[in-house]
Amino acid sequence: MTDLAQAVVNGVLIGAVFALVAVGLTLIYGVMDIVNFAHGEMLMLGMYSSFFAWSLFGLDPLVSLPMAGFAIALTGALMYYGVIARVLGKSPLAQIIATFGVQVFLRGLAQFLWTPDTRTVTSPWADDLRLEVAGVVIGGPQLIMAIGAVVTTGAVALFMNRTKTGGAIRAAGEDPAAASLMGINPKRMYALAWVIAGAATGVAGGLLMNGYSSSPTAGVTFVLMAFVVVAFGGFGSIAGAAVAGLLVGVAQGVVGLYAPSYTLAAALALYLLVVLVRPQGLLGTR
Amino acid sequence: MSGPVQQLAPAVAAPEQPRRPAVRRWPRWATPVLVFGALIAYPFVLQDSAAHNIGILALTYAIAASGWNLLGGYTGQVSFGHALYFGAGAYVTALLVRAGWSPWLAIALSLPIAAAIAVLTGYPVFRLRNHYYSIATIAVAEIAFLLVTNTSWLGRANGLELPITEQSLANLQFSLQDKRPYYFVALALFALAAGALALFLRGRAGSYVRAIRDDQFAAAAVGIPVHRYKLAAAMVSGAVTALAGGFYVMYVLFIDPQSGLGLDLSVSFTLMAVLGGAGRFWGPLLGAWVLVIVQDVTRHEFSGTGRSVDLLIYGALITIVAVTEPGGILALAQRLAKWARRTAGRTEATP
Repeated sequence: MTDLAQAVVNGVLIGAVFALVAVGLTLIYGVMDIVNFAHGEMLMLGMYSSFFAWSLFGLDPLVSLPMAGFAIALTGALMYYGVIARVLGKSPLAQIIATFGVQVFLRGLAQFLWTPDTRTVTSPWADDLRLEVAGVVIGGPQLIMAIGAVVTTGAVALFMNRTKTGGAIRAAGEDPAAASLMGINPKRMYALAWVIAGAATGVAGGLLMNGYSSSPTAGVTFVLMAFVVVAFGGFGSIAGAAVAGLLVGVAQGVVGLYAPSYTLAAALALYLLVVLVRPQGLLGTR
Repeated sequence: MSGPVQQLAPAVAAPEQPRRPAVRRWPRWATPVLVFGALIAYPFVLQDSAAHNIGILALTYAIAASGWNLLGGYTGQVSFGHALYFGAGAYVTALLVRAGWSPWLAIALSLPIAAAIAVLTGYPVFRLRNHYYSIATIAVAEIAFLLVTNTSWLGRANGLELPITEQSLANLQFSLQDKRPYYFVALALFALAAGALALFLRGRAGSYVRAIRDDQFAAAAVGIPVHRYKLAAAMVSGAVTALAGGFYVMYVLFIDPQSGLGLDLSVSFTLMAVLGGAGRFWGPLLGAWVLVIVQDVTRHEFSGTGRSVDLLIYGALITIVAVTEPGGILALAQRLAKWARRTAGRTEATP
């Protein structure tokens, strides 16, 4: 019984992180109908920026979160102006291949600059932190990652839904022609969406360094989970991603209890089931 | 394109072609003759074993990438999971050869098995479009990867080794000093794959799958059984890719999940086809040679450092291709040739 409770708690904690990783992906999709296959690599770059802030300047991953966010926001802007803006309106093949090429490029860049070695941050105070409630243990790094993820996801959701700029971005996504008649520049809103998605993803990468190590392929597993979460929550829905992240996390935790080698397989099977049975996802429209 | 699809094409009259000196049409048979001539000459021009190894790998990957091209390039279903079929060919061949079968029979049997896998997985998945489909192919291939990694009779993560037997064409094992026999077997298999693909593409099926790529709803509206022809393309595509897997495992005599079913492998098939020219017959062949050579050169350059630049170069090339000319190197070359001809025509016309 305690085992199950522990698995569910672990699942909720990692699920919050899955949700945050999925936010950037679903935001871009919701605004411009493009799936960013380089999303995992943006996350990976966020992890590296956090690592280097620690190894070069001795900054704790939590202190360097804004920097990781800024670095990847910049990456997002570069990617939009350098690649995405040039394939808008082209065939789906060109769009899929373009972000996919960036994925391969960024992974190759990380491998070339920083070698395939894994990089880990040691954060003594987080490792010492430990909560125990009725036999269920919550580790410090897990707790920090989950709290940070909830706060960041909430901030992005609030920005998109409650601010004028967020509304403008959504308007540009829904109907660029009508939006531009209202004085909104859709192209600029697209770029802003990439900046926000990049910032959220960079912060996610920085948070992940509390409990995971970085390597050129560090983004792969997380982006596969993010695909599952985004499909489950409904492509484009931030609230859906938040709910689906928690559900997928718990499902993964429980499957891990009984068949530890099949957690990823179970998540991917869940993706297939969702897109085939309910393609609009839990909270998606359309 | 031919058949009923043509009626859907926008009824815009083709712009009047500017008069230019009659260029003799490039005959149909010329390209294949040139391509195969060059491929036959290659191992005699470059004599060393390393060059032969490059050729063997390039041809093997060219087969797999050509298989991908039928589904991804001609039918417009961008698969990121074609390692599934490569792995099916490799694992079925490995298991049967270990059980004492002739490798030729084993490879031959692996083709219908791969086609069956293509139908079984494609039947549900082909209801999805664009990125929904692409992500689903990753999911299916990764699930297969995890299943094989956890199955003891498939060697788990350690993989399967194949026995070394007497060197003969029947055993598909040759001397490692002179690798040319392997090269010519690979070339013969590539010719077989190219022939099968050409037959498929030349017939009605070829027009149908192109129509599905251009607009699946319009294709359905004129009565093309979209789902059935996607499945047909997937079957042929899967079988061709499995052929590459079967030959590959006989060449290296070893297969494990990473080299037979890994996501990186699926990705490289896609890269090759797209780089050379997705939806162009010789695109994957060109892309495979370019990528294998780039890989070989850069691995030597950076050997021992753990660094590599090949991914960096592939990624940059693919992104540039997608942004400037989604038709790949071949489309770019065609555009350049057209431009050259036009400027040549203009200079001729001025005086």
